[in-house]
Amino acid sequence: MLALFTRDLKLAFRSGGGFGLALAFFLIVVMFVPFGVGSDLVLLARIAPGILWIGALLACLLSLDRIFQLDYEDGTLDVLATSPLPLTGITAAKAAAHWVTTGLPLTLAAVPLGYLLNLPQPAYIWLFASLAIGTPALSFIGAFGAAITVGIKRGGLLLSLLVLPLYIPTLIFGALSVTKSVEGLNPLPSLTLLAGLTLFSIVLMPFASAMALKSNLKG
Amino acid sequence: MTVTVTDISCTRGLRQVLQGVSFNLAPGDSLILRGPNGVGKSTLLRVLAGLGPVAGGTLDLNPDDVAYSGHLDAVKFQLTVQENLAFWAGVYDTDQTIEVIARFDLTKLKDRLAGSLSAGQKRRLGLARMVLSGRKIWLMDEPTTSLDAHHTALIAQSISAHCAGGGIAILSTHLDLDIPTARTLDLAQFIPTKTTDTSIFLQGSF
Repeated sequence: MLALFTRDLKLAFRSGGGFGLALAFFLIVVMFVPFGVGSDLVLLARIAPGILWIGALLACLLSLDRIFQLDYEDGTLDVLATSPLPLTGITAAKAAAHWVTTGLPLTLAAVPLGYLLNLPQPAYIWLFASLAIGTPALSFIGAFGAAITVGIKRGGLLLSLLVLPLYIPTLIFGALSVTKSVEGLNPLPSLTLLAGLTLFSIVLMPFASAMALKSNLKG
Repeated sequence: MTVTVTDISCTRGLRQVLQGVSFNLAPGDSLILRGPNGVGKSTLLRVLAGLGPVAGGTLDLNPDDVAYSGHLDAVKFQLTVQENLAFWAGVYDTDQTIEVIARFDLTKLKDRLAGSLSAGQKRRLGLARMVLSGRKIWLMDEPTTSLDAHHTALIAQSISAHCAGGGIAILSTHLDLDIPTARTLDLAQFIPTKTTDTSIFLQGSF
């Protein structure tokens, strides 16, 4: 499984690997918001947590179909399914690699982007914490959606429709914890619930993904 | 370790393509599947590899012994030849990458990106994975596609050596491979007599 994880990281950083895609999308969305809503600093500070979280979520969504599709198209997934690796391990390794190449860079980029949106000082640490804790859930839930749609050519629309409703709780609690800290309230309850969602996804989603993958490959 | 296939039926999509296929292979045996395009060679190999549903009959083989090579090479274009094989070596937990590279005549190519290889060279890289897997039952779908005469012979040799070492190989090919012990199975005799499209559709989907 470590071999698969490191290979996925290597592929993401090679040409055509799509490492920059999510990050560039996130930068563009967040940098365009001040142009769109105007330079009202009070307003920007109020919407900053939501914009940053929605931006990160959509950027993550953009890269989901790569998790299994590329391996499916060149036959690697068939061979992996007959290899000694269990399917749950394969999906977990791929979701983890997706987080390292997508969720982690988004989390790191969010902090300087918060400055562009006039995010108040005390909120930075909570923005960073909420994204660091919440984005693994996005990768693991996303891997499940990607496993369901793996055989479908250009299944991006279906994948989005499947995954977006599952992303809503993560978005609510993630953005809420940052908003709370902006308002000077205690962000910990939301953050704890967010951590719960993430742990739940990390534990259960590999099994669900493995079952989806199995039915798709054997169909 | 044997492969016992009894009266097996295969479906591709919703259509039944093979019916009543039976054979028995012991260590050292190899079987060449023949038949016109579309007869179900690839479908049968996928079923044997556990990548397709068994629509009828029984299949007795240990999935942990199986190495499968489909009509796609399972090669990553952005990785070098050596990196590709090192990945599979990691998956199959072995350290024979260098030997396998030499055996499949890939030494000169080992630092090239797989995307820059010719179709035949990619094929060899894909087949090298079979040896690397260390598994006893090889299932190969048209292994000789795009290979030149010299390397076709090399693959035939490699399959013979595998069987001589107690392995089993099942492959589909349209060429005459030089594998002395190989048996041949013509799949054209197993085409279902009547098509049962509609009933399979109703049984399978609901």
